[in-house]
Amino acid sequence: MTVQTMLTSLIQAFGTTLFIFFFTLLGALPLGLLVNACRKSRFAPLSWLTKIYISIMRGTPLMLQLMVVYFGPSLLLGITVPGNWRSTAVVLAFVINYAAYFAEIYRGGIESIPIGQYEAAQVLGYSRLQTYFKIILPQMVKRVLPPVTNEVITLVKDTSLASVIGVVEMFTRAKQIAVAPHSPGMITFLAAAIFYYVFNYAVAFGMERLEKALDYYE
Amino acid sequence: MQVLEMEHVKKSFNGAALHVLRDISLHVDEGEVVAIIGPSGSGKSTLLRCATLLTEMDSGDLRYSGQTAARSGADGRAVYADKQTLKKIRGYFGLVFQNFHLFPHYSVLKNLTDAQISVLGRGKTEAQQRARELLAKMGLSDKEDAYPCQLSGGQQQRVAIARALAMDPAILFFDEPTSALDPELTGEILKVIRALAEEHMTMVIVTHEMDFARDVADRVIFMDGGVIVEEGKPEEVFAAPKEERTRQFLARFADR
Repeated sequence: MTVQTMLTSLIQAFGTTLFIFFFTLLGALPLGLLVNACRKSRFAPLSWLTKIYISIMRGTPLMLQLMVVYFGPSLLLGITVPGNWRSTAVVLAFVINYAAYFAEIYRGGIESIPIGQYEAAQVLGYSRLQTYFKIILPQMVKRVLPPVTNEVITLVKDTSLASVIGVVEMFTRAKQIAVAPHSPGMITFLAAAIFYYVFNYAVAFGMERLEKALDYYE
Repeated sequence: MQVLEMEHVKKSFNGAALHVLRDISLHVDEGEVVAIIGPSGSGKSTLLRCATLLTEMDSGDLRYSGQTAARSGADGRAVYADKQTLKKIRGYFGLVFQNFHLFPHYSVLKNLTDAQISVLGRGKTEAQQRARELLAKMGLSDKEDAYPCQLSGGQQQRVAIARALAMDPAILFFDEPTSALDPELTGEILKVIRALAEEHMTMVIVTHEMDFARDVADRVIFMDGGVIVEEGKPEEVFAAPKEERTRQFLARFADR
């Protein structure tokens, strides 16, 4: 196998990495808001359940969560899973894990907003929903960007965990190639490392631009 | 018609351990300017917070232009009106905070127009016109595109006053509007409030600026220990206070 074949193969698998990455963010970023809202709910059982969920997501390995989501329905519940369950399960596991982390980040962001903002909005007559979406949320987004960037970068690297349930993303492919006969061997891992690094560099650059774009106010 | 009527307002914190307001009644006529003075912890700010529905009273009546926001129930506890009524009543008053509390992510213009549009349902053009009128009045016409963080404290407070006025309240409350400002910036705020008084805007001003209170108010209220100790025309209260506590308080200010 030539280096070129190896690279082509890695790039193909990188598509799966991107798939996991984008769908996780698409699901987890908004779901985190909902989780945070449930955690703050005045309905105590909902708040408790949400706290337990966050605690489990943060307290157990993502690798294990991937296995539970993928194997759980058939092994534990006896449900016949659809044929494309593998890619659904991987995104589902990542989304529910990352939503818990994002919820905690959002919580910190919302709690750091001065009470005066709520009071000013209330006196002006804004409803609770208007206050949340027009006054609190935009300011929260700015405050949480740095910690969210950290999580997003971690996510890029975490996608490699999908290999535990046999999803052929870039890292899985790299392992397959490296052990194949007549392959470029360890160079494959170096190539994979460079892919991850460059991708993360782009992510960090993009997030930095976003932070700068919100720098127009303090 | 009296714009604001508060009757027998009581409020305590920490269970009943800390009585902040002990049976306070306050009536404000249309066009009247009332200054509330008193030492820290006398309950002045809590009274404003109860009037503006930011803090719930334990008991007492609260009415705006005859509309009931809260009244004491049979057991003496304050019972508040339903959500719709309270929403309507919030339209009767405005509040200027000590620390401005402008919306930092909105430009000056948007700070003034957003609530007009999303709360009062005004059109964008009308809201902007009203906002620009008020900015001109505040001497801030050149700042409409600025963000609050780019303004001095005095300018921010003037924007906050304009934001409250943009909602056309029947009564405007000020909670120590100059206390967060550098001394050289208090003048510009007092000038604005003085101009509003000349237009007969109904106002209740909690302040530590004694000279200002004497100049601008139709009536001065001295609060201490959660009660109104003395009230009257400024020349009476300042020149010839009847109560010993008022005399002591004013003497402390005269010493400075």
